[in-house]
Amino acid sequence: MQITVTINGAEHTADVEPRTLLVNHIREGVGLTGTNIGCDTSSCGACTVHLDGESVKSCTVLAVQADGCDITTIEGVAAADGTLSTMQEAFRQHHGLQCGYCTPGMVMAATSLLRENPSPSERDVREGLEGNLCRCTGYHNIVKAVLAAATGDPTSTPSMTPVDLTAGSAS
Amino acid sequence: MIPAAFDYVRAESADHAVTLLGEHGDEAKLLAGGHSLLPMMKLRLAVPAVLVDLGRVTELSYIRDAGDHVAIGALTRHRDLETSELLREQVPLLAHAASHVGDPQVRHRGTIGGSLAHSDPASDLPAVLLAVDAVLVATGPSGAREIPIGEFFTGYFESALADDEVLAEVRVPKLAGVGWSFQKFNRRAQDWAIVGVAAVHGGGHIGIGLVHMGSTPVRASAAESALAAGASVGDAAAQADEGTDPSADLNASEEYRRHLARVLVRRALEECATRG
Repeated sequence: MQITVTINGAEHTADVEPRTLLVNHIREGVGLTGTNIGCDTSSCGACTVHLDGESVKSCTVLAVQADGCDITTIEGVAAADGTLSTMQEAFRQHHGLQCGYCTPGMVMAATSLLRENPSPSERDVREGLEGNLCRCTGYHNIVKAVLAAATGDPTSTPSMTPVDLTAGSAS
Repeated sequence: MIPAAFDYVRAESADHAVTLLGEHGDEAKLLAGGHSLLPMMKLRLAVPAVLVDLGRVTELSYIRDAGDHVAIGALTRHRDLETSELLREQVPLLAHAASHVGDPQVRHRGTIGGSLAHSDPASDLPAVLLAVDAVLVATGPSGAREIPIGEFFTGYFESALADDEVLAEVRVPKLAGVGWSFQKFNRRAQDWAIVGVAAVHGGGHIGIGLVHMGSTPVRASAAESALAAGASVGDAAAQADEGTDPSADLNASEEYRRHLARVLVRRALEECATRG
């Protein structure tokens, strides 16, 4: 089936099998490999891209469902001259990554989060990123980076509170 | 993981979807947000020959004030439920519970109708809609029919929808001012509930829906009856698991699920009392 998707501002028309997943189309069809495949079961968020401006897990969307849609991947986040977005710069300033595998998905999810909630609390950020797993468990600096980006100044140092590990126990 | 090959057809309207289902029979599956169906297809637990995509049927995506109830189009996404001012005001339980489905990316795609039609006993929204006594509207070759939510879940991942019917609308009674609570117990943020409870209590309303306490979404009927007969919250909650048939899995034994149901129903009813 022939589909046309706009990815990072450029139109791509291709003939795809209906069962082609959007992430496979982005990586193998279009050749943009910044979007990673992690769990492949819509749990980890490594494959997060924006579909018409909202974060989605591209391993759980068919390419044919995205026909006619506007997609942004991690390659489309920085300015054309390479200047990092505020979110990317905040991740860099606060070392919001260790191995980096989850980072493209984290940046896309966090960017979508701030679009929906421009002034999130620390809890809002932690809950807003619940669909993205970092197996280095570098969450602290990721959350810090997102809170810094929310201020508009990626170099700012937001205050963080200890996490309540007792919340949710049953008795 | 890649799904098995299938033919893909795009419905232009609800009626067109009914026609397409009529053409393809039980070989076809409806695709809404796809966040339950596609993972099952990737695991090859579901192998439909034809996918009828409802994704472009925007006429089924709405949240409207319909007098004594709120009418919700089946293709309304969880994100739209959680951010709807009308729902927050009139059915706050539903708006709140929708904000706890999956994670933000899932809520950008998943739909209320898809969640119901999938009929997963571990899903959040079916229990909510049981608690509030929603009425569902299905459309088929001979027109539309109403299905009370209590008659909708017929078995494990099975619903009262016929092969050629499309779930079109969910009608939810207005419950502004009625106490409500949603309790979702899980170990990791985005997981399904090990057990969940949706409750409304107050102003003459009593409804308790249970997540993951049987092969279908179920009501805590014994606890509801006890409350109606004047039992205390504690006594009613002690009967929360009566008549249920919870399964055992990696997360919980049957007895642990029963324990959770009793604890969570008590918490839910206590919270209802603070919100009435």
